[in-house]
Amino acid sequence: MDFTQLLQNMTNGVAKGSCYALVAVGYTMVYGVLQLINFAHSDVYMLGAYFAYWPAKWMGYLPDEKGGRAQDVPLALVGLFVVGSMVACAAVGALIERAAYRPLRNSGRLAPLITAIGVSLLLEYGGQMVFGTEPRLFPTFVEAQSYDVGGVKFANTSIIIVVTAAVLMGALTLFVNHTRQGRALRAVSHSFNNARLMGINVNATITMTFMLGSSLAAVGGILVAMDQPTITPLMGLRMGLKAFVAAVLGGIGSIPGAALGGLLLGVSESVVAYWSTTYSEAVAFLILIGVLLVRPAGILGSSAREKV
Amino acid sequence: MARNFLVMLGLLAGCYGFNFVLAEFIEVVYVDYINLCGLAIILAVGLNVINGLAGQFSLGHAGFMSVGAFAGAYASIMLTYGVIESGPLSFASMGSFLLCLALSGLSAAAVGALVGAPTLRLKGDYLAIATLGFAEITRIVLTAQDAIGGPTGLKRIPKMPLLPGAEKWDGGTSTFWIYAFVCLVILLSLNLQRSTFGRALICVRENELAAETMGVRAARMKVMAFVYGAFFAGIAGCLYAHYQHSVRPDDFTTVRSIEVVVMLVLGGLGSLTGAVVGAVIVTLMPQFLRPLEEFLNLSGLSMVVYAALLLLMMLFRPQGIFGQRELSLKLLRRLVPGAGRESGP
Repeated sequence: MDFTQLLQNMTNGVAKGSCYALVAVGYTMVYGVLQLINFAHSDVYMLGAYFAYWPAKWMGYLPDEKGGRAQDVPLALVGLFVVGSMVACAAVGALIERAAYRPLRNSGRLAPLITAIGVSLLLEYGGQMVFGTEPRLFPTFVEAQSYDVGGVKFANTSIIIVVTAAVLMGALTLFVNHTRQGRALRAVSHSFNNARLMGINVNATITMTFMLGSSLAAVGGILVAMDQPTITPLMGLRMGLKAFVAAVLGGIGSIPGAALGGLLLGVSESVVAYWSTTYSEAVAFLILIGVLLVRPAGILGSSAREKV
Repeated sequence: MARNFLVMLGLLAGCYGFNFVLAEFIEVVYVDYINLCGLAIILAVGLNVINGLAGQFSLGHAGFMSVGAFAGAYASIMLTYGVIESGPLSFASMGSFLLCLALSGLSAAAVGALVGAPTLRLKGDYLAIATLGFAEITRIVLTAQDAIGGPTGLKRIPKMPLLPGAEKWDGGTSTFWIYAFVCLVILLSLNLQRSTFGRALICVRENELAAETMGVRAARMKVMAFVYGAFFAGIAGCLYAHYQHSVRPDDFTTVRSIEVVVMLVLGGLGSLTGAVVGAVIVTLMPQFLRPLEEFLNLSGLSMVVYAALLLLMMLFRPQGIFGQRELSLKLLRRLVPGAGRESGP
């Protein structure tokens, strides 16, 4: 067995897992508040990548038809693109909540679930219609480099992914645990009625939840796009399922759980990929079914028997 | 029992005639649409027993279908040529085809029992996502099997066998076989809805605890619903494989499972006629939108319309076209003004 290769896979898995974690947070927060699997979340992630792609394309930071080398995007502009994409995705998230989920809030759990599937299909194929079906090359946000440590290669994109994800997740945890809005979010996820009685604007808090999750998904989309480096309108399909599994594994409703679940899933997929890349795709689903059968609350979730 | 048997015989004769008319007088493109509708109806009516009657939200119907498709296709290739990828494209006999169909139905039903077991613990969206996971695992495992062609799947699957007197029909006999099973699944499901078993399933859907109190074995009923739905999904898969002459694991992605659920939701979850109408609408809509899509040069348009329709449906009529009612002569009479006045409102 080639331990260097296995170690290499594991480091790749950490980067992949960080992206899962960023997207999983959105699933876990929305589920915590509304008990809804927001299938459209993974398509907001796709939009995040496209929202950063278009301005870069308009400003000419893409390889031209003659195959000339793409210009690197200056760092300040990268920041601008990322923030712009986060804002745009937050708006999309809020819009989806307002238009599709809010009218159905009191009509059981099946109707919103099917609506979520509908929104997801709408964004995926609407994306195909507007952006075209072909994969597009993502602009170079950072010059690719890799550092060799004892035979294991660390790509600088991987390092950026892990650091960005860690910073954002940390910030989110601080926000949820130490601000008024964060407290409101926790109260709403506990009970709508009690939160309302305490003077919390439930609708505004739910909108905020969607905006937070969507903006993190946008960053996830951009990070994955940088790493790949191509994007397609259907890139959210696979990511969505995996990120949801990560959220369930860590314990749905728990933000540290999403981070842990994402990392565990990313690493286990990459380790299995050492033997078989086909079966590494099945790992997520095996974990999902295993978790649901053995400990439905997930690793860090509080026991929530009535939810399952 | 004897009455049902006679009805089925009559329906089979009807299918034969239907196939004859289609093969002789209708353009191949439209025959294709009709056949695809038939396959969709088998899937939707089967899933209606799981999702509609038993109330177990399953999002993995494509998984059952793929098991049936590969089991049936593999068996028929082995029965006709003995090896993969050789020989002429024809079926040895009707008996061997029926054997393949039975095999595909039973293997899918076995998987259904396996998938049904977790339903004893999971509910609602957790169950949905678990069944989706099962279907994806099935697809990935099938992709990894070299014996059935890996990702490229099985090719050169024999055509469905000819019928006596049908040797010269242009369009083949697929319509007969597909619609024979459409009739079978509808007839069985109609009877099932009115049987003790069907009532028990509805009980479980409405209130599991109350059902248990009334002596309904909820756990067994739920697994049985999965077995029933999976059996017909397997049959549909086998028919699909023989109809297309080839089958790939990627024919059975999550999108396909979602499609079947959409059929049910559109028609009205729990309504058999709703499932049939939903299946026809969902199958035909993209076919008729495709010319528009090509005209406007907007790929994805038909799927967007489909998604928008689903959304509007959920927002404005979440119970579907029929709700839980059935389309029957009585309902028709009530809808047509003037007729049926004697029976009262």
